[in-house]
Amino acid sequence: MSASPSQGRLSALADRWLPKLVLSPTLAASLIFVYGFIAWTGWLSFTESRLMPRYDWAGLLQYQALFENERWWTAAANLGIFGSLFILFCLLVGLLMAVLLDQKIRAEGALRTIYLYPMALSFVVTGTAWKWMLNPDMGLQKVMNDLGFANFTFDWLVNPDMSIYTVVIAGVWQSSGFVMALFLAGLRGIDDSIIKAAQVDGASLPTIYRRILIPSLRPVFFSVLLILSHIAIKSFDLVMALTGGGPGTSSDVPAIFMYQFAFTRGQLGQGAASAMMMLFTIVAVLVPLMYMETRSAKRV
Amino acid sequence: MFNSAKNTAVQPDSGVARCSGSRRTPCTVSTPALRAPGSRTAQAGFVLLPNLTVGRALVYAALLLMAIYYLLPLYVMLTTSFKSLDDIRAGNMLSLPQAWQGGAWVKAWAEACTGVECNGMQGFFWNSIKMTLPAVAISTILGAVNGYVVSMWRFRGSDALFTMLLVGCFIPFQVVLLPMAQVLGMLGIANTTTGLVLVHVVYGTAFTTLFFRNFYITVPDELVKAARIDGAGFWTIFLRILLPISGPIFVVCIIWQFTQIWNDFLFGVVFASGEAQPITVALNNLVNTSTGVKEYNVDMAAAIIAALPTLFVYMVAGRYFVRGLTAGAVKG
Repeated sequence: MSASPSQGRLSALADRWLPKLVLSPTLAASLIFVYGFIAWTGWLSFTESRLMPRYDWAGLLQYQALFENERWWTAAANLGIFGSLFILFCLLVGLLMAVLLDQKIRAEGALRTIYLYPMALSFVVTGTAWKWMLNPDMGLQKVMNDLGFANFTFDWLVNPDMSIYTVVIAGVWQSSGFVMALFLAGLRGIDDSIIKAAQVDGASLPTIYRRILIPSLRPVFFSVLLILSHIAIKSFDLVMALTGGGPGTSSDVPAIFMYQFAFTRGQLGQGAASAMMMLFTIVAVLVPLMYMETRSAKRV
Repeated sequence: MFNSAKNTAVQPDSGVARCSGSRRTPCTVSTPALRAPGSRTAQAGFVLLPNLTVGRALVYAALLLMAIYYLLPLYVMLTTSFKSLDDIRAGNMLSLPQAWQGGAWVKAWAEACTGVECNGMQGFFWNSIKMTLPAVAISTILGAVNGYVVSMWRFRGSDALFTMLLVGCFIPFQVVLLPMAQVLGMLGIANTTTGLVLVHVVYGTAFTTLFFRNFYITVPDELVKAARIDGAGFWTIFLRILLPISGPIFVVCIIWQFTQIWNDFLFGVVFASGEAQPITVALNNLVNTSTGVKEYNVDMAAAIIAALPTLFVYMVAGRYFVRGLTAGAVKG
């Protein structure tokens, strides 16, 4: 590629502004569609907007209404229940499976494929499948009755006190295999020499797992927490497909609350305020986790 | 998974964000646990119970039990979809069909009612295809070029801009729904596939940029420096040097985006609830709003139809699928 001096200068100039030019559409989109829209939603949450957006300042009116709305607290409590149980069981199941799979298992690849395929499914599909399996008349209950447990009942799906737990069941089914994959990757990444040294010192393998391997998974642990809490706070499709937030509003979550107030009930202000609360929740949960993750990653 | 403003990455290697200071630390897209069997990792397990055959039997039993647990819903969906309604009522969900019938599949594809319309899932399946293909193509190409800039052509402030971009991966999308609905209305593309493509491109590009940035950052600087000395410009380096080695990351990125966009429900239900709704929305309408006799066999057939494309991709390219998951899992 021989170029005359002037051409060289021209292409050097091009190389200086081309990268910025190439990046600019995406940056502009991000400024408008992420930052601008967050500000826009924030603004709406301080107005009296109902069916149509209005932009005159109304102070904390919407937040006040939100906090006085019992349904919002149901949704928030459900998020707490679902989030903590979902995360807990995903961690337990995922870690257990990772440790078991780490035992020089034959057909490990096939098993991993089976454990992970739910992640390829849409939450709507998962919800549909579990809605049928947990059907109080014809699902699990009937299987147990046919097996001879005549008094076995399983009506969580239509029981307002238990409906949120069906979301946990389906959620754990969908996401625990993925947690397994992350933990297994972490276990495989640990230096063999640490284990060899422990073995020489006479530590039994369960001890090695409990005292050395699992503690050194700390950074993975934080990654997993980060991912799972993100999934939990945003969970919408699974609940929509499985219970629709019902019976009544018993399995409502903030994402459904936001959707219904903003798009089906014509309460834009309430929708905007609840969306902002979701954003604050994500920030409040993710920022400390990211901080801890970074710290533990550096220490290991 | 932010390390600092300077170096932000979801680090899939061992599933941890661990790209410290230097630019050369590989924040690569590779997942040790999921390498092909036979590589080091496949033999690296530490045997919990080396010689106890009873113990090993228990381990295998537990793993098999888990496998059954994960496969059960798929089994139930498949068998239910091939049963007649009488068959469903007569047996239970674990029993095999007395006579295998494809009627529910035909109905789910062409006749089932999703709200007012009764044309089955077929139209919505095509809607999803028409939405997913362009959205995946555009966001992947944008991501490749963006990733190239933020890794190879860094300028003052480019790291900060990249971090700024990444915030888009973490926000709950509820916080942009209302303005987006307004803007799509103003542009006249509310309730259209075009609108959905725009939305998916806008909110998918942060992820694709991250994928490519993490990949290109592992390419040796010397390669690019040498090419620049030879007089190669911005596009020449990209097209002649980086693109030819970008095959794997394109596969990861395309599969990830395909799965995300095909499976999306939130954007679909908010921005295209009518004619243009994607298949996930149609499936939800079919299952949750149909009146009259509940046809579980049709529901299950429709659910499998909605799941087939992503399941197929997982079966064919599971390895790449998992890489994408570990790298982009934050999207959830």
